[in-house]
Amino acid sequence: MNPDNTTAVKHPTPQGPDIDSSLLHELVAYLRKNRTELREEWARRITDAQLLSVMTPDEIFSEATAVYDNYVDALETGSVETLQAYARDLSERIIPRGVETHEVLGIVLLLRDVLARSLFVNYQHDADLLDRILDAYEPAANRIAVTVGVSFVEERERVIREQQESIRELSTPVLQVRERLLILPIIGVLDSQRARQLTEQLLSSIQSNRAKVVVIDITGVATIDVTVANHLVQTVEAARLMGASAIITGLSSKIAQTLVDLGVDLSMMKTVGDLQGGLEEAERLLGYRTLEEAFDGLEG
Amino acid sequence: MSVAILRQGDYLIASIQSDLSDSQVLALRDDVADRVGTHRARGIIVDVTALDVIDSFVARSLRSIAVTARLRGAQTVIVGIQPEVAIAMVQFDLNLQPLRTALDLDEAIALLDSWTAVRTADGR
Amino acid sequence: MDDEIRIPIEGDDDLVPARAEGRALAEKLGFSRTDATLIATAISEIGRNIVVHVGRGELLLRPVSEPARCGIVVIARDEGPGIRDVEAALNDGYASNRGLGLGLPGTRRLMDEFLIESEEGKGTTVRMTKWRARDELERLRERRGEMADPSEHLPEVDAPD
Repeated sequence: MNPDNTTAVKHPTPQGPDIDSSLLHELVAYLRKNRTELREEWARRITDAQLLSVMTPDEIFSEATAVYDNYVDALETGSVETLQAYARDLSERIIPRGVETHEVLGIVLLLRDVLARSLFVNYQHDADLLDRILDAYEPAANRIAVTVGVSFVEERERVIREQQESIRELSTPVLQVRERLLILPIIGVLDSQRARQLTEQLLSSIQSNRAKVVVIDITGVATIDVTVANHLVQTVEAARLMGASAIITGLSSKIAQTLVDLGVDLSMMKTVGDLQGGLEEAERLLGYRTLEEAFDGLEG
Repeated sequence: MSVAILRQGDYLIASIQSDLSDSQVLALRDDVADRVGTHRARGIIVDVTALDVIDSFVARSLRSIAVTARLRGAQTVIVGIQPEVAIAMVQFDLNLQPLRTALDLDEAIALLDSWTAVRTADGR
Repeated sequence: MDDEIRIPIEGDDDLVPARAEGRALAEKLGFSRTDATLIATAISEIGRNIVVHVGRGELLLRPVSEPARCGIVVIARDEGPGIRDVEAALNDGYASNRGLGLGLPGTRRLMDEFLIESEEGKGTTVRMTKWRARDELERLRERRGEMADPSEHLPEVDAPD
């Protein structure tokens, strides 16, 4: 006790400051001794609950074994590090197969239930001992459930993030069609964030490809609002500062009208109806002759 | 040396090496004005690749260089505006009109060549 | 405030480190290169106003953090003559009798929040902020960094010795 009659407690624990470590030993020993039956019981309940349906019964049993052993180790050592590492590894393997968060949480909670029920059955003759064993077991079991759940969710979010990045990159491709000429086809919904990203990617490509003309094709854009229209205008101006001319193609009459209504000065932008026309205009700017001109020159 | 000014034929190339203070920008402006006269340069290229900020003062000064150069018979081209700087300038609503810009030195020289060719073709 | 950076402005030379510090802090806070450039440009404009119109003042750069976003606050303070007509100064096309605008409308366009307080004879304070969104993954990582063990908040079972 401290001089002011308080007891320093580092982590307040509901079961009181003194856990009988022999209880924990007993608990762990019991779980190891009954490993086979408890594991089978658990696997059976997983199948009954129709969890991990993407996996075969053999796979479920094999993973169940690994999880069970890790679980008991974590109970014994009080350390969840190994369990965390295993959970992340497991998540990495099962996420691509379509296992969902509720399934992972579900099986972990089922294991907790199977073990708790078994403890109850085994120690029911001694209410006081059962009480103390559960006091030792419950918080540890909960902690393990949280660890596994969180590891899975984090891994899942990492995967989602990677996919988002890929989608973003794929959806704003800047194509070099010939020397000094870039095409940026824009497809889908254009929001402020994506528009900014597009601009950055385009300008960066102008630099790396030494482009003199860029054709921005918005055939695939359904609607456009004032923010996005401004982004488009700004992109054209920024390209000009970098010495490149921009041609906007695929302007539907609807979008053209929207831009006019929004007060966007279309005279500042080169616009051409369709992509083909835009490319011809671009080649003209670059000094190439079009195929038609070339053929005209050949005949007669 | 914060700015290196080189001569290439009829052209002057002012290459900015690092972020400049306002006084250094003004010194550059005066320096270029002198040299255009001295060398009878027909074109000036200002390379701003190393500038990661172009604000209203720099923009004004670049325009000022162009005006002075024009009075002495030279065209000006700005090269090397970085993508992020271009975006900032446009968002701020800064433009360098009527200054011409080009991506890099080669482009700028090609541009100046085409202008001076036109002018000599016209006999002026 | 620990993370605050104070930059005294006494001459145009001071704008060079001001721009550099602004960019450095922005990049440290995870802003993109483009946003860092916007911030440095705004700092340059607002710092120059102090140099040109007042002669001396100071810039304060402050990181700010919220659950869903983090940002940088730039405060530019001087005790100069003040701006007579702030409203007009915030409109494009305003020019003082020197023929130069204050660059305020453009600077405002670079930032997300922009507040200006000015009193004739007392001085001017500009406070501008740029934000960037923090997504869940970033917040998760931060929490994971704070907690060595994700379930630390749950009661622990004493390990056997």
